[in-house]
Amino acid sequence: MLQTKDLQFSYKDGKSPVLAFPDIQCETGEQWLLLGQSGSGKTTLLHLLAGLRTPTSGSVEINGTAIKGLSKKHLDQFRGQNIGVIFQQSHFVRSLSVQENLMLAQRLAGLKTDKTFIKEVLEHLNVDHKLNAPTNQLSVGEQQRVNIARALVNRPTVILADEPTSALDDVNTEQVIQLLQREAASANATLLIVTHDNRLKSIFDKQIRL
Amino acid sequence: MNLLALSWKNLTFKPLSMLLSVVLFALGVGLISLLFLLENQLQKNFEKNLAGIDLVIGAKGSPLQMILSSMYHIDAPTGNISIKEIRPFLNPKHPLIETAIPLSMGDSYKGYRIVGTQTEILDLYQVEVAEGELWKHNFEATIGAAAAKDLGLKIGDTFSSSHGFIDDDDFAHDHDFKVVGILQASGTVMDQLLLCTTQSFWLVHGHEEEGEDHDHDGDGEPDHEAGEHVDHDHDGDGVPDHDPGAHHEEELPKPLIEEGDEEEITSLLIKFKGRNFQALNMQRSINENTDLQAATPAIEINRLFSLMDTGEQMLRALAIVIIFVSGLSIFISLFSSLKERKYELALMRVMGAGPGKLFLLIVLEGLLLALIGYIIGMLLSHGGMQLFAGLMKDAYRYSFSGLEFLKEEFYLLIGALLVGFAAAILPALQASNTDISETLTKA
Repeated sequence: MLQTKDLQFSYKDGKSPVLAFPDIQCETGEQWLLLGQSGSGKTTLLHLLAGLRTPTSGSVEINGTAIKGLSKKHLDQFRGQNIGVIFQQSHFVRSLSVQENLMLAQRLAGLKTDKTFIKEVLEHLNVDHKLNAPTNQLSVGEQQRVNIARALVNRPTVILADEPTSALDDVNTEQVIQLLQREAASANATLLIVTHDNRLKSIFDKQIRL
Repeated sequence: MNLLALSWKNLTFKPLSMLLSVVLFALGVGLISLLFLLENQLQKNFEKNLAGIDLVIGAKGSPLQMILSSMYHIDAPTGNISIKEIRPFLNPKHPLIETAIPLSMGDSYKGYRIVGTQTEILDLYQVEVAEGELWKHNFEATIGAAAAKDLGLKIGDTFSSSHGFIDDDDFAHDHDFKVVGILQASGTVMDQLLLCTTQSFWLVHGHEEEGEDHDHDGDGEPDHEAGEHVDHDHDGDGVPDHDPGAHHEEELPKPLIEEGDEEEITSLLIKFKGRNFQALNMQRSINENTDLQAATPAIEINRLFSLMDTGEQMLRALAIVIIFVSGLSIFISLFSSLKERKYELALMRVMGAGPGKLFLLIVLEGLLLALIGYIIGMLLSHGGMQLFAGLMKDAYRYSFSGLEFLKEEFYLLIGALLVGFAAAILPALQASNTDISETLTKA
């Protein structure tokens, strides 16, 4: 469950206007689309939701935990265990293979590494043949799948995706969205996709506009 | 995937960028460790061979050279001294002297030095015969363990001496020594020597002079075969010069004190009855009142070490500069790698790594670099030492080893890790301060 109240944020440089966000209420297992034009603060909102930024005012609650109240260290761990974040661009720890990257995600979240589950997730996403490949040898589509795999590997209750399809063609976009929907549903996780990609509008009925 | 494994992977992912740091580090560490090893083993070798000798008496010249040649059997002797000059010291009733051991040097066999001396020398070095017996008659030799092994000499074998300390057949004396005994290995200079009577030396050289007279017919071979040797009584002392094997019936050589005034030896090793004021005075009075020179081994060796110390300090300073530069190089390569890895560090934060973990990750990279440098440095220094040990053995018959490890090298490890830590601390702080949101937005 994901819930925000009176969320506001302003950059410290003083020039940018204060961003005020509508209240969000996503129940467990729901799948939402958050739409907005470039510069409307979509990514900022996603960072606020993931606890990567601290809001100027208002609150974010995930599964009943107000993330504002968490210490820096606890917040990092809470995020690692509860929130799967998928970024617009796929970045990996370059010195590690696909499997090692996923294992690192488990380790850093303070969980046990689980190679069986990693393999399972990659199989679901159809990239299990790249298990031991270095991440710089993946195609863009494969990168995005591994990116998604990393967000799923800790069985999060909330999945936040930032423009997951902006770099993909129509075919890949459809596949990736289907994967996200399927995986979120099978894990009974709340899925929130932040995007300006109009191709997705028709797929999700729950939508928030900025 | 723990942090240590991750930092190792990060280092090996781009090995070239870290190569310079590691090579520099290895050079610095290797140089320092090599200096430690050299100093330690030199000192050990020198101290082991002090053998309680209080004073060395020889011909005027450099006292250090005299000590080096008489006690350590490196460098050339300073010259000869006559029995007439040293007769007082040979007197067993001398009030101050407990033992006085004559040395005659100048000949060698295949690079191993032949020393004419008395069997009491073995008491100084506390060495005993392992096989066979001590030299008693002229042209009998008891040889050191290492010399026996290297030269492949066994009891009953013979060898001929050659003039000088290099292995050169042109200077061969045509007199054969017979091996009658082999000493136990002791780690002292005795291991490397071929010991015989003082008189053998005189006989070899007395014969040589005559031999040379005969050897001018151009065939380059000795003019007389062993069988037709004319026994010559060189100094009128009644000791004839014989083939090896023929001297069982010979009389034993006379004590040195009864030999003629003009006979010469190279030097005299003295052990005092007690190190009192009179004994100390003896050195000064010899140096001031006679044509002889007396020197105290411990003092000369200390002088040698203090000479070397200056050079050593320079080298050590150089090594420290190299390590400092390598620390700087580690700092720079870590810092520039951070720029490339900004996004991945931010990503790690998103995945749940606290700032402390990122700090530790970078520090571990610095420490690992230092450790690799240290290990390569140690391999260099010990490998170099082993190589040097081979050279030293060939040149001076001294035993060094690259397989010894010192506790200083453990301190060096701690120092190396400190340098690695210091070099990594700023980049690590920077990494731990990574602003996740900012970095991810800009990427």
